[in-house]
Amino acid sequence: MYLYPLWVRLWHVLNAVLVIILIITGISMQYTGKHGYILLVGFASAVKWHNIAAVILTFNYIVFVTANVVTGNGRHYRIEKKNFFSDLGKQLLYYSRGMFKGKKHPFPVSLDRKFNPLQKLTYVLTMYVALPLLIISGLGLMFPEVTINKVFGVSGLILTDILHITLGFFISIFLVIHIYTCTLGSKPTSLFRSIITGYHEPDEE
Amino acid sequence: MKPLNFRLFILFAFIALPSVVYGLKREKLSVQDSILYVSPFQDDNERCFKCHGQEKYEYTNESLGKQVKALLCSDRIVNRSEFYSANHKSFSCTDCHSEAYTKFPHPGELRMEMQYNCLDCHGGDEAFAIFSFEEIDAEYQQSVHFRLENEGFTCWKCHNPHSYKISRRNTTNLKETIQYDNNICLNCHSDFSRLQLMTESKEINLMEKHDWLPNQTSHFRSIRCIECHTKTNDSILISHFIVPKEDAIRGCNECHSKNSILMTSLYKFESKENRKDGFLNGIILNESYVIGANRNKYLNIISLSIFSIVILMIIIHILFRILKK
Ligand code: HEC
Ligand code: HEC
Ligand code: HEC
Ligand code: HEC
Ligand code: HEC
Ligand code: HEC
Ligand code: HEC
Ligand code: HEM
Repeated sequence: MYLYPLWVRLWHVLNAVLVIILIITGISMQYTGKHGYILLVGFASAVKWHNIAAVILTFNYIVFVTANVVTGNGRHYRIEKKNFFSDLGKQLLYYSRGMFKGKKHPFPVSLDRKFNPLQKLTYVLTMYVALPLLIISGLGLMFPEVTINKVFGVSGLILTDILHITLGFFISIFLVIHIYTCTLGSKPTSLFRSIITGYHEPDEE
Repeated sequence: MKPLNFRLFILFAFIALPSVVYGLKREKLSVQDSILYVSPFQDDNERCFKCHGQEKYEYTNESLGKQVKALLCSDRIVNRSEFYSANHKSFSCTDCHSEAYTKFPHPGELRMEMQYNCLDCHGGDEAFAIFSFEEIDAEYQQSVHFRLENEGFTCWKCHNPHSYKISRRNTTNLKETIQYDNNICLNCHSDFSRLQLMTESKEINLMEKHDWLPNQTSHFRSIRCIECHTKTNDSILISHFIVPKEDAIRGCNECHSKNSILMTSLYKFESKENRKDGFLNGIILNESYVIGANRNKYLNIISLSIFSIVILMIIIHILFRILKK
């Protein structure tokens, strides 16, 4: 089943690389030690690379949103109210019990349903809530003179910073879970193969 | 999506509201500060202010018998409101200057008038012990400017006799204090016409010399020159030991780290006051966010816990997958 068109795969590789750079440099900045660095990247170069990666990521994000609207890939990200919680429960139950008892996928992958309800929710929260806020707060920090100070008085930059770091933390958590759930395909490696080749291997053996 | 947006909005409102209120509270405080002081020497000082208070002055040319109007050069002008809000606002001009200045033209020998220095009045005075004048003086004598004394450098060059007022110790607005303190240095270092009075060196561009520092404007609004250019000293609030340029601080992590030097310089006052309560992080949070230095113990614990729980759940899941294969 051809599930991931070329642009999704290109976007995704670039996105993954950039996010990893951003996480490493971000953590380096937050936790530099005074004597020698705990992490690999020194403060000055961490700042530089964080900025560079962030700018590219912003453009890449714009590509993602635009392409989702234009190509219709966006329909996979639409959440329906109907049975929202019960569907979510079914999927959770499958991950925590069903799959160990050899039960079938409650929401098998098809061209009309690329994501199961849990995937859909986390992707929407990440791509349409966390990432845009992360980008906006990051731009606020990059151009402090233009924005926030005027609205909040003295503490504007600090709020922005806390928001930025908190969101960065959640994206990191997302990434860990995301990579793990991507081992839940028919074989642990098959989903990784599909996001590179575009072809989805059937779920049930 | 609607309820989620709404909840986010409430969350922001909760974060934003206290800070707006806090900002307003501060504004009020600084208004109260500027209530005008009434000096016992107000009338006496007008004898000098009538000429030195503004650009234009007048006098009677006695041999010609007529009024002459002329302009005073900007260096000779003393701003009234600055004078009456300065540390030495309770002084009469003639406490520091000769009584003979009441005459005009000022007698020629007054050009050679000796000036008091700070220690003449403040040295050994218990009332000013918290400032540690003696120690400041000792530091100044080691600083790079001391060798310029022969060219006329004195404490007064940084502490304008007619406008200097303590800022950091009484600060209500840290950004203003930073600007005030930086202007003391920039008064010379960004004004070559003053600098050339004391040095033969050629004009330099200060911004270019600090090119290695990113977000320069933002930095210079949040830190003072003395943060990088002095050696800190635990017993005085404002270090006066300006070190040669080679020894200035350049490493980002001197500030952007857990043991930020800012705790012993810029934020020293609060960090001393608050040390007992362990609010060290709280104070920075109100003024500036210094990446790498602002670490909240509780946030660290929370984030580490969340991370551990996630990893633990993944490990358990993997175990089940292996066992139930
Ligand atoms: C009639 C106007 C006039 C009055 C009144 C006046 N001054 Fe001046 N003063 C001047 C002018 C003009 C100069 C600059 C020319 C000069 O140095 O003589 C000057 C210069 C000075 C200087 C700098 C001298 C130097 O060597 O550079 C001092 C200090 C000074 N005045 C103090 C005072 C004090 C203190 C008073 C009040 C007791 C006072 N003046 C009253 C007009 C005045
Ligand atoms: C606390 C002592 C003190 C008081 C009070 C004081 N002065 Fe001065 N004044 C000085 C000193 C010290 C200098 C020399 C400054 C320098 O070397 O940069 C000076 C310099 C001046 C000059 C010459 C400016 C220059 O740059 O050389 C003028 C004019 C002057 N004072 C006027 C006044 C007037 C007018 C008053 C009263 C409103 C006054 N001063 C009060 C200490 C004082
Ligand atoms: C002619 C004597 C004299 C000289 C010279 C002098 N001061 Fe003072 N200074 C005083 C007196 C007296 C007070 C107290 C004024 C008052 O309380 O109104 C004072 C107040 C101060 C204060 C404020 C203290 C407070 O608690 O608010 C500071 C700071 C200060 N001086 C610093 C200096 C510095 C720095 C110099 C030299 C650049 C200097 N002074 C030179 C006499 C002097
Ligand atoms: C190169 C500039 C420079 C020179 C020279 C200088 N100071 Fe200062 N001094 C400062 C600055 C900047 C501050 C901080 C002002 C503030 O924010 O209150 C300060 C603050 C002070 C304070 C207040 C400290 C406190 O605890 O609040 C005293 C007292 C003082 N200086 C005395 C002196 C004396 C005495 C001399 C000469 C021996 C001197 N200064 C020379 C720049 C200088
Ligand atoms: C973040 C630390 C930092 C801050 C803040 C800072 N400087 Fe510097 N400054 C340095 C360093 C490091 C050098 C040495 C640069 C070099 O030698 O290339 C330097 C060099 C200088 C020099 C000597 C330039 C030369 O080559 O002759 C002057 C003068 C100077 N700074 C003044 C200032 C003034 C005034 C301010 C405040 C507006 C300031 N600095 C703020 C770190 C700093
Ligand atoms: C009255 C004018 C004046 C003021 C005010 C002043 N400086 Fe200077 N400063 C000088 C002069 C003159 C030199 C010598 C420059 C030279 O020879 O190239 C100098 C040199 C320096 C140097 C270079 C030392 C070196 O190793 O070559 C530094 C750093 C410096 N000042 C920092 C400061 C700081 C920080 C402040 C404020 C707290 C300050 N200065 C205030 C006049 C001033
Ligand atoms: C003397 C202390 C000090 C040094 C040295 C220093 N910084 Fe900073 N830096 C600060 C402070 C304080 C802030 C907080 C600014 C604010 O919140 O207003 C800051 C903010 C920043 C920011 C955020 C800028 C913004 O616009 O909010 C960056 C990026 C940064 N520093 C990078 C660096 C790099 C890279 C270096 C080394 C080349 C460095 N800093 C050296 C004190 C320092
Ligand atoms: C090394 C890092 C990463 C790996 C190995 C990885 C792996 C995968 C795999 C195997 C898929 C296909 C399975 C599926 O559709 O769920 C996928 C899809 C996806 N990933 Fe990742 N990912 C990584 C990083 C990221 C990051 C950082 C983000 C976002 C911040 C992200 C967002 C997405 C999205 C939105 C999809 C669905 C794309 C679509 O088909 O529209 N991924 N990823």
